[in-house]
Amino acid sequence: MRSARSAWRFLDDRLRLEPVVAFLREKEVPRHRLTWAYFFGGLSLFFLAVQVTTGILLLLYYRPTPEAAYESVEFVMTRVEFGWLVRSVHAWSANLMVLSVVVHMSSVYLMRSYGRPRDLTWWTGMLLLAATLGFGFSGYLLPWNTLAFFATRVGTDMVGKVPLVGGSLLRVLRGGEDVSGATLTRFFGLHAAVLPLLAFVLLGLHLLLVQRHNVHVPPSLREEARRRPGIPFLPDFTLRELVVWLIGLALLAALAAFRPWELGARADPFASAPAGIQPEWYFLFVFQTLKLLPARILGVEGELLGLAAFGAAAVLWFLAPVLDRASRRGEPSRTATVVGLAVLLYAAAMTLYAALAGRRS
Amino acid sequence: MSPNAAAEAKPTRRAWLSWLLGTSLGAVALSILYPLVRYVLPPPSAESQTGRVLAGRRSELPPGSGKTFRFGAKPGIVVATPGGEIRAFSAVCTHLACTVQYRKDLQHIWCACHDGHYSLEGVPIAGPPPRPLERYDVAVKGDEIWVSRQQG
Repeated sequence: MRSARSAWRFLDDRLRLEPVVAFLREKEVPRHRLTWAYFFGGLSLFFLAVQVTTGILLLLYYRPTPEAAYESVEFVMTRVEFGWLVRSVHAWSANLMVLSVVVHMSSVYLMRSYGRPRDLTWWTGMLLLAATLGFGFSGYLLPWNTLAFFATRVGTDMVGKVPLVGGSLLRVLRGGEDVSGATLTRFFGLHAAVLPLLAFVLLGLHLLLVQRHNVHVPPSLREEARRRPGIPFLPDFTLRELVVWLIGLALLAALAAFRPWELGARADPFASAPAGIQPEWYFLFVFQTLKLLPARILGVEGELLGLAAFGAAAVLWFLAPVLDRASRRGEPSRTATVVGLAVLLYAAAMTLYAALAGRRS
Repeated sequence: MSPNAAAEAKPTRRAWLSWLLGTSLGAVALSILYPLVRYVLPPPSAESQTGRVLAGRRSELPPGSGKTFRFGAKPGIVVATPGGEIRAFSAVCTHLACTVQYRKDLQHIWCACHDGHYSLEGVPIAGPPPRPLERYDVAVKGDEIWVSRQQG
């Protein structure tokens, strides 16, 4: 006990931690019927921590070349003790992280918590979402199996459709004309160096801003939050968050143990694409929409139009704090809610549709 | 129950709960750490069951020369003494595991890393090597030099 106190004094002398602790002691999380939504940011953080840990572990055995990538993952899955567990946890946690991030983003949107001064928090969050999807897309290729190979070919091919710069972008992304060993090297660098660095900077800023402004209470819940006592951040809220993390861990362990992630067949760049090929579920709504569009709409290539629409939607979504003027004054806006619900429902419905169509084929 | 007993029961129940909490947290930590440690330890590499290896050919090994070869996962060295006798050793220096070589000018085996010298019997004669090089059996069949681990 005494040594703990002297260790604390040593750190406090040098880092001046007292104000930070005092701040956290005073901090309260508002209590209302949607308080559960506040746990999803932390849950995403937990899955990210799992990703970093298991990702570093996979680096011990993974080899990012087309000759050795598949074999090295196979080695991890079959020869390394608990290798199947580490890789399955990494793959499952990636999916749960995307899910948690999407729930987090949706709840923030629907509670319209992005208004000034939290607009910067929203923007860093949206960039983190983009980084998360980038992690998913780049990581998918790394085992160098058939599904990954063709998903990457299709996914990068879309980039080539961008007017004017598409061709150059495509070559930069693929490291050549086609998906090859050069693509694998690039995606590996992106997945294991560029995106982690970017994510950590953004995450630091995001967390700092969340602490700075605390969580947002939507107008309709303010009365309830005023009536009920807040949850002290330390220790009450933190302990609850830990319980949520424990549930996340249990879910991960169960999924990894009972549904180990498959490796599939080794990619053969000269083989035909297998039937029923699909991207990861979080890209399905884009995939399905593009599939449904006619080849030409009003003389323009349908695919191009679809991609342009998705691009525009992403930009508008990103700009929500600017477009939704009422949010800046902390007032409700029916339009924003209706638009948000429509977008989320559309994405959910398309995902479901694609999943069902994929199962049938 | 007397008020006294009730007062005593309370901290006991609390202690019991915190014992439960502590042990389950410990169990969670262990169930994470154990697989991690096992994972980090690499599986034994498939040791090629090298019985006999073709180390080289007589024709490429004139008296007073040597060459390294692959013996399982480790390098070996085969030398032809100035007298023309063929001998084979492990090429792993007994000092810090560099790969040794045959020095024509010195007419013995030499390790470049820390200037270790071995005689053509594999015995250290100068420098830091603490032990002789492991000697292998040599069988010459026609032109082929076959090397195997010494029996016994």
